[in-house]
Amino acid sequence: MKPVAFDYERPQDIAGALALAGRADVAVKFLAGGQSLGPMLNLRLAQPDLLVDLTGIAELKQVGETTDALEIGACITHADIEDGRVPDVTNGALAAVAHGIAYRAVRNRGTIGGSLAHADPAADWVTFLAAIGAGVVIRGSGGRRVVPVEEFMTGVFETVLAPNDLVTAIRIPRFSADARWGYYKACRKTGEFAYASAAVLHDPTRSVNRAVIGAVEARPIVLADAGELFGRRTGADIAASFVPQVAMRAMDTAGFKNPIEQKVHAVALRRAVEQACAR
Amino acid sequence: MSSSGVGASVLRKEDDRFLRGRGQYVADFRISGMREVAFIRSPVAHAVIHTIHVPERLRQSVFSAAHMTGVKPIRAATALPGFKHSAEPILATRKVRYVGEMVAMCLARSRAEAEDIAAAVEVDYQELPAVVDMLAARAPGAPLVHDEWGDNVFIEFAQDAPIEEVAKTAAIKVTREFRTARHCMFPMEGRGVVAHWDERLQYLTVISSTQMLHVVQRGVAECLDMPDGAIRVISPDVGGGFGYKGLLCREEVALAWLTRQTGLPVRWLEDCREHLTANANCREHHYRITGYADGNGRLLAVDCEASVDAGAYSVYPTSSALEAAQVTSLLPGPYDFSIYRCRSAAVASNKCPILPYRGVARTGVCLAIESIMDAIAWETGLEPVEIRLRNLVQAKQMPFLNVMKKPFDGGDYPECLRRAAAAIDVAAVRARQRRGEPDGRLIGAGVSIFCEQGAMGTSVMSSWGRPVVPGYEQATVRLTSDGDLEIRVGTHSHGQGHETTFAQIAHEVLGVEFGKIKVLQGDTLYCPFSTGTWGSRGVVMGGGAVATASQQIAQRAKRIGAWLLQADPAQVTLRDGRVVGAQGSVTLREIARVWYLTPQHLPPDVDNGGLEVTAGYRPDNDAGTFSYASHAAVVAVDPGTGLIEILDYAVCEDGGRLVNPMVVDGQIRGGTAQGIGTCLYEAMPFDAQGQPLASTLIDYMLPGAAEVPNIRVLHMETPSPHTAFGVKGIGEGGAVGPPAAIVSAVNDALRSIGAEVHDLPLTPERILTALAKVGTP
Ligand SMILES: Cc1cc2nc3c(=O)[nH]c(=O)nc-3n(C[C@H](O)[C@H](O)[C@H](O)COP(=O)(O)OP(=O)(O)OC[C@H]3O[C@@H](n4cnc5c(N)ncnc54)[C@H](O)[C@@H]3O)c2cc1C
Repeated sequence: MKPVAFDYERPQDIAGALALAGRADVAVKFLAGGQSLGPMLNLRLAQPDLLVDLTGIAELKQVGETTDALEIGACITHADIEDGRVPDVTNGALAAVAHGIAYRAVRNRGTIGGSLAHADPAADWVTFLAAIGAGVVIRGSGGRRVVPVEEFMTGVFETVLAPNDLVTAIRIPRFSADARWGYYKACRKTGEFAYASAAVLHDPTRSVNRAVIGAVEARPIVLADAGELFGRRTGADIAASFVPQVAMRAMDTAGFKNPIEQKVHAVALRRAVEQACAR
Repeated sequence: MSSSGVGASVLRKEDDRFLRGRGQYVADFRISGMREVAFIRSPVAHAVIHTIHVPERLRQSVFSAAHMTGVKPIRAATALPGFKHSAEPILATRKVRYVGEMVAMCLARSRAEAEDIAAAVEVDYQELPAVVDMLAARAPGAPLVHDEWGDNVFIEFAQDAPIEEVAKTAAIKVTREFRTARHCMFPMEGRGVVAHWDERLQYLTVISSTQMLHVVQRGVAECLDMPDGAIRVISPDVGGGFGYKGLLCREEVALAWLTRQTGLPVRWLEDCREHLTANANCREHHYRITGYADGNGRLLAVDCEASVDAGAYSVYPTSSALEAAQVTSLLPGPYDFSIYRCRSAAVASNKCPILPYRGVARTGVCLAIESIMDAIAWETGLEPVEIRLRNLVQAKQMPFLNVMKKPFDGGDYPECLRRAAAAIDVAAVRARQRRGEPDGRLIGAGVSIFCEQGAMGTSVMSSWGRPVVPGYEQATVRLTSDGDLEIRVGTHSHGQGHETTFAQIAHEVLGVEFGKIKVLQGDTLYCPFSTGTWGSRGVVMGGGAVATASQQIAQRAKRIGAWLLQADPAQVTLRDGRVVGAQGSVTLREIARVWYLTPQHLPPDVDNGGLEVTAGYRPDNDAGTFSYASHAAVVAVDPGTGLIEILDYAVCEDGGRLVNPMVVDGQIRGGTAQGIGTCLYEAMPFDAQGQPLASTLIDYMLPGAAEVPNIRVLHMETPSPHTAFGVKGIGEGGAVGPPAAIVSAVNDALRSIGAEVHDLPLTPERILTALAKVGTP
């Protein structure tokens, strides 16, 4: 379990990283926290000629705020978010989700951008950021674009990223003061990837009502209008009118027909909604 | 009791280096010029190897079976009638029989380069149908793992009894069928070997992470046709064994051959994927068991059909017969019933050989018999604890021969069970069950009880005719010229704390200050022969040998001391490290000084063996020690997610006299953590082609700190009538009791809705499936 021989560069700016990634003569991989890529290198599932380490690029560790959103640099770590080194625009949601990722050692290095780019369906950011309508800021040969998280991931370990596209930041919408959110995941043990997860954002002031079923063998299942899930009710008691069949139907439509899998994801979603009500 | 003698919870000597990161493991050895080895392992479960293509430029760096002329395969034979032999080549010859079997080895300056070489070698495999499931393996027409056998059964054990009569009349008949998962022992340190050939001395050194250095020495000698005396085996600090390192490994032989062949020091360090997929498998059983009882829940008879998936080859020295044999012989446990029929087969499959894991076979059979106890409880409507109390051997029956003629030598099993059940307060759990949980989870309580026959000796093991039968265990004890004590043993401590407990024993006998006693182990050059540390024998056998040798030193020291005191040797005593006469005393230190440095003062009739003794020890009755324990668990089952949480866990253990209660508690807790893994997490799944599917720790789930509850340990103390100080082996029991207790608790929780689970591990999916079966939404 040792990687193949590869070259290593640590550029200081985005342009440098993109120039290296644009090289046609070699297979290039970006390296962020290395928490997913490291094992893949060791197992020789990834065999790049050149690793481009992104962690020397100051811009990827910056945070920018506007009235309606927060932009988090791609190389911000889970621990940065957990510890509150990033302003809170989500009524505590991001810090709470970050806190639940893996173990502290992984959170110290793993990054929000790397997590999305890796596109493991069982990962936390993939599910939660899709639920809150976050966007992925991408820079590449085609310039700069912003893709909604729910469209960013196209399948298991698959994204819209072209080989030399770089995720530079994640755009997080600012929640209203009375927004309610919930995130529930079922893991066999502490720090393990989830086998069922769900997230919900109920933000009536902004007319946002979204839910996501995650940890399925595909991109997250997004209910962009989740009203039906709580019988079109709003407010603090939406859990009381939770309709599990809506979740099961969504799974069915997405091709997940196993009744036990449907049930456990519906349970996850119900608990996410209950959490949202309890907040 | 002295503050550091037998019975004292002294802090462990070895922890000083371990906690400071100063332990030294195989991977810490560097020899100048050393090369690294990467193995090419079979990617398929069953195939004929046609050709191995090695690029021209790499010919000097790749070695396959064709190079190893004269090297013998590993043959772990037994003398049991009907046993079918397997010969495991060090590197595959014609056929490969499991994924991970070694095909060739690649040598380079670094492991990464060795892996590059491995990647450049192409092997043509002609795939054959694989035998993956042990039940299917026995069906007519199944493919054969070993063509010449005619079937896939290493050996079958049968115990017969007239079951039909009881079957007709018994008021209660309960049957359960289930599997325990094939899983992987996971010591923190994997295997590793450094081998070094000394051309000048014609001497081979093998540094290996092993529990049994002399067995490795013998095995390497056998395979390479070398004298034992030309082979030195060193087992340095070892980061856990559990049975994984209690055998001769192919890698040890391969590297020993390679260093002789090339003259280069060579090293192989197992990686996690090799560990999980190619080496560490264990514990895969299938049971179909029926219990017959009368209307009062009194067990009348047990009828069991069991299979053990032993994998492709028999391992040295335990053999592939061990586990299946113990299924039949240990299943009745501490229960008092007289009609017992059991058949257990060791089945060959295209999977890696299963190895003896802490509590060999006991974990499975404990679950089997306890499932029957629970089933009878439900039939009668009695408490599971009560049913067990009615069927356990009672204290007044001791000594007791159970239906398999196991000589239980004492103790009070019902009391042990009562204490464990009281510790988790079963009555309070019942009340809580009636109230229901605010979060909708289901609560349950469960218990298990078993005995741990440890330190089985010659009389038990010889009948099997295995390659190495345990006999007298030896220790060398030497009073040094400055009065300190040096102890050398052939057992190996890799977590058991022998450097502490053996010193406590010697201190108890001789009174030499605990801090001045050094226990040395792990080198065939200076340690007496031993079959090593396994089967809960360390303190019983190694400790017994230390006591025996220390007692002989005491006699010799007393003679010299008496002479120096001008007293009658019969009138002096040894106390606190001094020989004490009627008038005055002389310290062992002074006595040692006389023997070594001022011999002119020695008595004329002094024992010329001096102050160094190698003595052998074996209890007069070496059938083994009978420690026993009861485990009790309270669990919460989440019917929504299928997750199980252990809310409370208690163990009541009778380990006889405890040399160091703190070390014993550590053994029990560590074992229990492993048993929790067996019950809830660990599984090595295979696909239909025999591919192991959990090749990293992402897929192979082990319990972590958050999953292991605070395990409360209670003690009873019935000394063994047969051993030095009355000690008993306790190394394995922790890992035996948990699955039975937790499964019992989970089924207790599911009882209210009529669901039941048995197959291990109890994954969320299995819980949810059981709930779905009884129509719980
Ligand atoms: C033991 C363990 C447990 C874990 N448990 C969880 C868990 O419970 N939940 C969870 O969500 N995650 C979990 N993870 C994954 C962890 O969160 C990783 O941090 C994350 O998957 C990858 O982030 P990284 O920064 O380490 O990326 P890397 O490993 O460095 O890279 C991952 C992939 O993304 C690409 N990449 C990285 N950054 C960029 C970028 N800016 N632009 C384009 N491509 C990029 C890389 O080329 C690579 O293909 C776990 C990891 C481990 C080791």
